[in-house]
Amino acid sequence: MARMKFLCDAERCIECNACVTACKNEHEVPWGINRRRVVTIDDGIPGEKSISVACMHCTDAPCQAVCPVDCFYTTADGVVLHDKDICIGCGYCFYACPFGAPQYPQEGAFGARGKMDKCTFCAGGPEEDNSAAEVEKYGRNRLAEGKLPLCAEMCSTKALIAGDGDIVADLFRSRVVRRGGRPDNWGWATAYKD
Amino acid sequence: MSASAAMTNRKKTSLWAMLIIVLAILVLPLTGYLYVSVTDQPTAVEQTNPRADTWRQVREGNKGYSAVTGQETNVLIQGAGQNWRQLRNGPIATYGAWLLSGVLVILAAFYLLRGEVKLNHPRTGRTVERWTLNERRLHWTTATLFILLAITGLSLLYGRYALIPLLGYPGFSAYATAAKWIHNVLGPVFMVALFIILIKWFKQNLFTKVDIQWFKDFGGMIGDKHPSAGKFNGGEKLWFWTLASAGVALCFSGLVLDFPNFGQERFVIIVAHLIHILTAMLLMAFSLGHIYIGTIGTEGALEGMTTGHVDVAWAEQHHDLWLKELEQQEQNPKH
Repeated sequence: MARMKFLCDAERCIECNACVTACKNEHEVPWGINRRRVVTIDDGIPGEKSISVACMHCTDAPCQAVCPVDCFYTTADGVVLHDKDICIGCGYCFYACPFGAPQYPQEGAFGARGKMDKCTFCAGGPEEDNSAAEVEKYGRNRLAEGKLPLCAEMCSTKALIAGDGDIVADLFRSRVVRRGGRPDNWGWATAYKD
Repeated sequence: MSASAAMTNRKKTSLWAMLIIVLAILVLPLTGYLYVSVTDQPTAVEQTNPRADTWRQVREGNKGYSAVTGQETNVLIQGAGQNWRQLRNGPIATYGAWLLSGVLVILAAFYLLRGEVKLNHPRTGRTVERWTLNERRLHWTTATLFILLAITGLSLLYGRYALIPLLGYPGFSAYATAAKWIHNVLGPVFMVALFIILIKWFKQNLFTKVDIQWFKDFGGMIGDKHPSAGKFNGGEKLWFWTLASAGVALCFSGLVLDFPNFGQERFVIIVAHLIHILTAMLLMAFSLGHIYIGTIGTEGALEGMTTGHVDVAWAEQHHDLWLKELEQQEQNPKH
């Protein structure tokens, strides 16, 4: 089974925020919530770097560990999902998450939290694949249709890549090797045929 | 002889010359380092890898820029959450459970060994008023809120392990939704009640010399001594000051957690949560002792808080100075 991973190539991301917009449109995410965001470090200074970040679907997910009602589960593809019918909106996953992925629609006075919403790796929730209930709560289930997350699929510079971790790593490794105008693997072109 | 002396001299001179030349060959090239270290010291420190600097910034949780507005959206990684997770799920949950169950076991063992602290003299039938109706209302309101908050709070910490197997996921979720609502709404109400108590009984709870003897005699709980006490004995005062310190910290940290609309950052929330959970554990452990002494631990103690009146024999045994005060007031009604 594949182990799904996201990877954002900081050398390629141009902070266009198209991944943010695409995600919001694809899943009809509630007002005020963005499952993905782009953060720029040293904005406006030479050498600035941008990273698109969402739920990273951690192996030992902190959100899962601290949830008082145990509403998280990891799929066979390594995607961390949650059950909104079980979620009580306590905010603990937001405290624990290193990436700031969990977000809450405001429900009631004083910023009372509604049911948590986060990136699903375009894999929906516990409901039947692409049923009306699933689309309503979690957005579209592209993985069930054999497609990868939309944010990565439509990234114009292919900075954001999503998919099986091994393939993503190979892809990134080949990029690193060829970076800077010419290959850094000196002698390979002369020595090897492919 | 002079020729050989001249020879020795020449040898000496050439030996010295050789030594000086070798030393110069060794030392002179090093002056370059000296020059560089004197002139280029500041720039040598500044030269770090710019890419490493970027990721160091990210790892330290420094803020960048994000077009997405919202709570801390410009922070890529916050590290405090992992520490919080490990503290909460690890030592706090473990030792908290040991603390509360340990106190229960100790109280049960104490009850079996010591039994109820009986009245030494038979009831006189005469009673004095210990708590007015308003004081009792205040006490029971705070007590009820405390117990509700304790049960709902413990449910959020231990419910996943203790209640999900009983209620199932949907069942516990429904209960936890209600528990969260009750905890969040009643918390500030408890705070108001607690603060009224702290202000109302502040003066009478200042420690005096009498209390030192009270603690030395273990409040009369161990042994047969009857240490003196005013309206509040040493133990009650200790409970008061625990509430005045840990209880106040509990309330304010609770407010930080209860009102996310002010946009407090996760680090602040996490610290508040740790303070909240630690002070809550302390108060719950203490409250078990308070409840034990006030009910089955002491004969005639509960009457004071239910009917408002206590028997004179009870007052004489447990709060002798307070009884004397009351008697003096009766004789001189002006004071």
